[in-house]
Amino acid sequence: MNLLPAFLTEPQGGVVPPSGPTAWLTTATAAAMAFLAVFALALSIASGRLADRWASALDRSATVRISAPEGQMDLQTAAVLEVLATTPGIASARALDQSEQQKLLEPWFGPDLPLGDLPLPQLVEITEGPEGYDRQSLRLRLTGEAPGAVLDDHTRWRAPLADAAARLRALAYTCVLLIGGAMAAMITLATRAALAANAQVIKVLRLVGAKDTFIARAFVRRFTLRAAAGAALGTAFGMEAIYLLPAQDAAGGFLTGLGFQGAGWLLPLLLPPLAALVAFIATRTAAMANLRRLP
Amino acid sequence: MINLENVAFSYGGGNLLSEVSLRLAPGSFHFLTGPSGAGKSTFLKLCYGELAATTGRVTLFDRDVTSLNRDEIALTRRRIGVVHQDCQFLDHLPLLANVGLPLTVADKPLVQSDVMDLLTWVGLDKLTGALPPSLSGGERQRAALARAVIMGPDVILADEPTGNLDWEMSLRLLTLLTELNRMGKTILIATHDLNLIRQAKSLVAIRVLRISKRRLQLAGADL
Ligand SMILES: Nc1ncnc2c1ncn2[C@@H]1O[C@H](COP(=O)(O)OP(=O)(O)O)[C@@H](O)[C@H]1O
Ligand SMILES: [Mg+2]
Repeated sequence: MNLLPAFLTEPQGGVVPPSGPTAWLTTATAAAMAFLAVFALALSIASGRLADRWASALDRSATVRISAPEGQMDLQTAAVLEVLATTPGIASARALDQSEQQKLLEPWFGPDLPLGDLPLPQLVEITEGPEGYDRQSLRLRLTGEAPGAVLDDHTRWRAPLADAAARLRALAYTCVLLIGGAMAAMITLATRAALAANAQVIKVLRLVGAKDTFIARAFVRRFTLRAAAGAALGTAFGMEAIYLLPAQDAAGGFLTGLGFQGAGWLLPLLLPPLAALVAFIATRTAAMANLRRLP
Repeated sequence: MINLENVAFSYGGGNLLSEVSLRLAPGSFHFLTGPSGAGKSTFLKLCYGELAATTGRVTLFDRDVTSLNRDEIALTRRRIGVVHQDCQFLDHLPLLANVGLPLTVADKPLVQSDVMDLLTWVGLDKLTGALPPSLSGGERQRAALARAVIMGPDVILADEPTGNLDWEMSLRLLTLLTELNRMGKTILIATHDLNLIRQAKSLVAIRVLRISKRRLQLAGADL
């Protein structure tokens, strides 16, 4: 890469004067946007992961919930297990015991819940075989054999969750796009301001035979470097902030899952070069369009 | 090299110049005179494509100016050395960089010793690091002349190059310009300084043009 040093040094001998105290504004704005973009990326990845998890893990499991009067509970449970054992496509079925049910409820009611005193339904956990089972006919058979049994294959609450996760991901992508657009707009404005501030310099350059591309280059290099440096800074801070988020705990909550994993950490590293590319295109377009209007 | 055919020009009001025709032959030395505000600077700007004629035809190096795109105009300007009335330097760059600016914008290597030779020729070799605002009027004009010739142009246009110089410095600049003419450069100087023209007559063969009542005339022996 011989090109990079040539791009970074100033072969033009600083024909455009240094831009003074407002130069850091572009860098700072790029940094802020990159920081936001890191979070948007993390959100898109986390919500994508969540959607996948809900879609696949829950796909393979279902629950039969049995609500029956005290005396009939064992009878219906046995009937349900019998039905499930003879249903093709079900790999295994297992009634949860008292302590397992207690564990499930613990996060909501605490560990000291006297389960025996409550009319809790009995839960039967189903693991689906690879070939799958016919939900409709299983439901029919269950109503026949055990009137208090309800098959819950999780679609009821999984569908809106998966949908929400997918929307969250779309929103995150939109955020990344908006941030890119805002960056392009900001750079365009900054370029115009710089061109206006250097009108006399540009006039002299034109008079001594400079082409528009030469003049544009001075501004393009400047803004591209500033955007790249700012974005690198913002990305570093953003990644640091994500890294310092509390680790994913046993509950596996969504918020603690907001982070990058493995190769995912490479994704935000694309932000600085992307910011540079956006700045390059925005500055060049703005500069060429504005220069064309000059004599 | 530079041809104007029946050119008229107006800034928006009435015509400032009309029915102007001129052919700058290679190696010729012209003076352009006329009272202040007659349109001398405007005429020069037509000659290097900063302004476009309202009517008529301006041809630079055999190409109609109106047919040139922006890049071609830039390339054409590299072949015409101009000493602007107000010099037009970049005030943040030292003299050496300002004189070498045409090379820089042409993406040509700025050979320090070449620029130094030129600066020595105009007597500014001690001031290479000075910023333009710190230079005297005579130094600025000589620096502008050095910048005008650094690309080795065939034509040199100078707008009031002795405008605010004392007589001695004016003579020095005139000498530089006549030297260039002897080297074969085509020269056109706009000035209202008739003494300068008289002095030039004693050094080289010149033609004197005058803008009067919006027309361009060949001035006679009345100078
Ligand atoms: N950019 C401009 N817009 C409008 N009028 C101008 C412009 N430049 C010069 N003029 C007018 O044109 C006339 C000729 O100006 P100029 O060519 O500079 O004359 P000279 O160089 O002979 O003194 C003057 O009256 C001046 O006010
Ligand atoms: Mg003038």
